[in-house]
Amino acid sequence: MSDKVKVATCSLSGCFGCHMSFLDIDERILKLAEIVSFDRSPITDIKHCGPCDVGLIEGGLCNLENIEVLQEFRKNCKVLVAVGACAINGGIPAMRNHLSAQDCLEYAYLDAVGIEQAQIPNDPELPPLLKQVKPIHQAVDIDYFLPGCPPSADAFWQLLTDLIAGNEPTLDYQLRRFD
Amino acid sequence: MSYKSLETANSKKPLRRIAIEPISRVEGHGKVTLLLDENNQVAQARLHIVEFRGFEKFIQGRPYWEVPTMVQRLCGICPVSHLLAASKAMDEVLGITITPTAEKLRRLLHLGQVMQSHALSFFHLSSPDLLFGFDSNVAKRNIIGVAEKHPDIGLMGIGLRKYGQQVIEHICGKRVHGTGSVPGGMNKALSEQSRQTLLKPIDQMIAWSLQAVNLARDLYATDADRHENFGLIESQFMSINGKGGAFDLYHGDLRVTDAQGDKVLDGVDYRNYHQLIHEQVKPWSYMKFPYLVEQGAEQGWYRVGPLARINNCSFISTPLAEHARVEFTSFHGDKPAQGTLAFHWARMIEMLHCVEEIKNLLLSPDIINTDLMATGQRKGEGVGVIEAPRGTLIHHYQVDDNDLVTMANLIVSTTHNNQAMNESVRQVAQHYLSGNELTEGLLNHIEVAIRAYDPCLSCATHALGKMPLRIELCQADGKLIDVLHKNGAGQISRITP
Repeated sequence: MSDKVKVATCSLSGCFGCHMSFLDIDERILKLAEIVSFDRSPITDIKHCGPCDVGLIEGGLCNLENIEVLQEFRKNCKVLVAVGACAINGGIPAMRNHLSAQDCLEYAYLDAVGIEQAQIPNDPELPPLLKQVKPIHQAVDIDYFLPGCPPSADAFWQLLTDLIAGNEPTLDYQLRRFD
Repeated sequence: MSYKSLETANSKKPLRRIAIEPISRVEGHGKVTLLLDENNQVAQARLHIVEFRGFEKFIQGRPYWEVPTMVQRLCGICPVSHLLAASKAMDEVLGITITPTAEKLRRLLHLGQVMQSHALSFFHLSSPDLLFGFDSNVAKRNIIGVAEKHPDIGLMGIGLRKYGQQVIEHICGKRVHGTGSVPGGMNKALSEQSRQTLLKPIDQMIAWSLQAVNLARDLYATDADRHENFGLIESQFMSINGKGGAFDLYHGDLRVTDAQGDKVLDGVDYRNYHQLIHEQVKPWSYMKFPYLVEQGAEQGWYRVGPLARINNCSFISTPLAEHARVEFTSFHGDKPAQGTLAFHWARMIEMLHCVEEIKNLLLSPDIINTDLMATGQRKGEGVGVIEAPRGTLIHHYQVDDNDLVTMANLIVSTTHNNQAMNESVRQVAQHYLSGNELTEGLLNHIEVAIRAYDPCLSCATHALGKMPLRIELCQADGKLIDVLHKNGAGQISRITP
């Protein structure tokens, strides 16, 4: 095989906006592909993460499956980066945290008023919800945090350029945004 | 024909479970499970949406003016659709008709968004299957592989998506999750400088979009039998249409046509959507199954999105896209196209229209005007509907006297296609997989059918609503044991079979 830097990416409980912003490096992705190969990612058909140099995680933790996928990435990635507001602090989905998950489900699939016997989607194929949406550093160790909703394409570029060159990643003030 | 019998296995014998997990090269979280008998015959095939976020519940209690930028976080691929559908609903809450320039800017924004989303769907996500083959080498079956083998196609896809994103950036300040559209209009005018910057490459974009239509058409028409039959199902189609049945992504009335192309509904005010559409809940997916009330859940499902819009519209206002539409409909014998892969061709026709119309809007003198906000007579409720890249998107809110949201109901585009995607999955499972030893390449066939719909599974996982609904409880063998029905007023009744 090649000696390319292996990068894996995934979205947990997020919106894919961070992945879109990553793709906003536009033509630079072709330059990146000369030195990087992609492992598991929503843009490839590799379904499980193999040994990788860098893992980029978008989204927070809202169900048990999210935790399993995150652990797979932690086990296989030398460097793991929390990307975007949801991975770093739960983001918008964490707005459900002042409600109970059960209340949300009951509201969704029955009506909270006048129910005697609540029945909500409960097939074994559906992963159980966590009581609250959590940032990913509460489940595994994280090496770096790339802020933004989403981080800009240039911020992704800077992070990857630094990591590939073996430098400690630094973001200029302009690239360090939280909106 | 319907593939309903594969929804729930009827076999008493032990079945082998195969899961395609996660579905890749789509947006969001989904999986397909197949149950096979000892001869590898598919006995059950389901597309499950496995994530649940709960937007409609947790935005309750928030001020209405926060809602558009908050709900756009439903989806990073089509944030602008949610931004605009929520803005339109809140315009209605404010009792406002927005200014002509604000409407033009919103249209421009929306066209940029549909363009970038369609480019992503076709080039970045689906073209590897179409160019290399459904069971081609998994290591190369991605956009990087396309750019290596066909650099011109790769660059074209990246360039078209980039331009759409730039249109958004010039209007919203950011490519993903900006602002711009607000209840009552727009918060920032387009500068003359932005207009000139965006006009510069526009003819290149038109040329590329034409090439993209031709590419999608040729990929479909070569080996047309195979492509038409792949994932083929017969369905009705729903869209909003402008005056005279015009193709319109921003505003219009609801139209539904049947499998023969005859109108089932036309010119219906979308504010009445809740009388037309109900949603069924099934225990094995967080995504609901919408249907036309009048026809019932079994018969009343339909498809939305590019295929529905191109089939449904009477004409497209821009000449190149209209020419491409006429070619598309005559290829299909002036009947609605039903082939699932025809979505791609229709999608590229739409992208061509977007680019033509972006040019028209940029050239219209009042696009840089600064009269962007209107005022009106405040109301308590609003419905906003838009044609998002993936189809008809419905936002519905109630707001109290303290300006806080008290009710939210969203029916997102992908949800409308839930039954259809499941039907296509079952069609492919039955025709291509059944009886065979399953390989990675064969399993990818299932995903090829799903990708044609360009599902946005994140959007579909908001999954909270106050719509009338029906809940069926089945045993493992598929036997119906309980039905709960909730009407629009929230009253629950039990129908025991």
